[in-house]
Amino acid sequence: MPDEIIRLVDISKEYNGTEALKNINLCIHRNEFVTLLGPSGCGKTTTLRIIAGFEYPSSGYVLFEGVNINDVPPYKRKVNTVFQKYALFPNMNVEENIAFGLKVKKMDKKLIKSKVASILELVNLSGFEKRSVDSLSGGQQQRVAIARALVNEPDILLLDEPLAALDLKLRKDMQIELKNMQKRLGITFIYVTHDQEEALTMSDTVVVMKDGSIQQVGTPEDIYNEPQNAFVADFIGESNIIDGIMIHDFLVEFDNQKFECIDKDFGTNTPVDVVIRPEDIKIVPENEGMLKGVVKSVTFKGVHYEMIVESQSKYNWMIHSTLMEPVGTVVGLNILPNDIQIMKKGDK
Amino acid sequence: MLIFIVAPLVLVAFYSLTVQTEEGIRFTFENFVRFFKPIYLMVLLRSMWLAIISTFICLLIGYPAAMILAEKGFNRKKTMLLLMILPMWMNFLLRTYAWMTLLERKGLINSLLGFLHLPQLDLMYNNQAVIFGMVYNFLPFMILPIYSVLSKIDHSIIEAAEDLGANSFIIFRRIIFPLSLPGVMSGITMVFMPAVTTFVISRLLGGGQFTLIGNLIEQQFLLTGDWNFGSAISTIMMIIILLSMGVMSKYDKEHEGGGLW
Repeated sequence: MPDEIIRLVDISKEYNGTEALKNINLCIHRNEFVTLLGPSGCGKTTTLRIIAGFEYPSSGYVLFEGVNINDVPPYKRKVNTVFQKYALFPNMNVEENIAFGLKVKKMDKKLIKSKVASILELVNLSGFEKRSVDSLSGGQQQRVAIARALVNEPDILLLDEPLAALDLKLRKDMQIELKNMQKRLGITFIYVTHDQEEALTMSDTVVVMKDGSIQQVGTPEDIYNEPQNAFVADFIGESNIIDGIMIHDFLVEFDNQKFECIDKDFGTNTPVDVVIRPEDIKIVPENEGMLKGVVKSVTFKGVHYEMIVESQSKYNWMIHSTLMEPVGTVVGLNILPNDIQIMKKGDK
Repeated sequence: MLIFIVAPLVLVAFYSLTVQTEEGIRFTFENFVRFFKPIYLMVLLRSMWLAIISTFICLLIGYPAAMILAEKGFNRKKTMLLLMILPMWMNFLLRTYAWMTLLERKGLINSLLGFLHLPQLDLMYNNQAVIFGMVYNFLPFMILPIYSVLSKIDHSIIEAAEDLGANSFIIFRRIIFPLSLPGVMSGITMVFMPAVTTFVISRLLGGGQFTLIGNLIEQQFLLTGDWNFGSAISTIMMIIILLSMGVMSKYDKEHEGGGLW
């Protein structure tokens, strides 16, 4: 690809004998918003730190525009990082913090001043130049950290869970702001988070990681609708994962029922994982359903109700619906072939 | 509090402002005026000078030592800290006497030199010996505050600087050193104050021929029995120390905020 900017080739990383990363291969394009998503300890931050140059891979290499940059120290890479705890310099005010990178490059003072002013405008902090960083709120510190990185006009901006310390409302606002900034500036963003919703909202490409290896790479829609294994399905949004038997192409059995589906090429009578999103299960009158069950619990979640329905074979289905059925009601459940996702048996 | 801190201070102030005459006690500033004679001022100057040099040497040795200690991957940290603190458990006098036996004309070092057929050295009873004694005794007071400040610096701040293009020299000059200043300041204060008032080190290693302000005060109380003059010198010293601390913390404030003043 002509617009490839970073390529990780067979990257592995060991810490004292334990493998933090196993054979990571990943290609990131110019102007792409890529999110590394996974539970804590999955190696996403380590991957980011290898790209930034703070960690040296145990094997494999990082290509920047086709050139191996393994031995290039962090301060010579055209990459800037926004740290999780912002890591602002406490001995400097807002302006000095942002100007640090430019001063190090010995840029002309006037130019620095105008650049700082325009970047502060971008992050909505004009007028904060002389404020000490301690006097800022979390959201403001966060913006300073972003401005401090962006002012250097990096080719790639690395963000290590930059919104983790903010409250929900502010986090949502910042997500949109960050996404807009990225579009406007045309910089590649590599974003690390454990928040699947954040990943789906902001990214062009989501990289789902677990135990140091990549599980799936794809657009948010792909990842959500076509999870490649039970882990991804479980991690991205909520889902019902149930053991099933693929009887033959387009027919699967689970919960003691046979269902039509749209998947094939699993062979005959193969054990599989069946994934069904809670919002894809329709509640119908008792006799019209493919499955029958008793409502065990109802929780109000704001937009929808979350109900647990126990089927006859004692499987607890999680269902999201805007309509509520009282606890104890016997209901029927319908699932469309399109909404049944079949996956090879794997480790969950 | 009242008994231990205020009462002695009041007593010192009282003594310093009075003289004993045949008619009884008389209030006067004589004691203070007496101090401003060249001979006493010279003693003050010499004390300050030696203390400044020792403090400076402590800083020169202490800062790098603190940096090595605060180094993240330094795995003998505990041992080093223990070695540094260990001498402080021993009596200060004993340690200084121990150095006497090492440095003496017929001490261990000179014997060793003699054994190697090297010329003997005059290691004691001079300025260098006094400075050496001060540096030896007060060095931990320089290292520990700097170490504690350095080890509290968030490593991600250093990574951030590196990320923004700073090499290690710039990181030290613009980030680490400014952030460690509060530690440096308290280190300087903690070394300078005992150094300027010490009388044990100057008497033992300086051999009494190097009268420092501490010795002068001691003499007034123990030898000449002139408590009034002794108190006056003490008061002057206290004011000098208070002033210098004030200057320090004012400087400190610009960077940190808070402090004594």
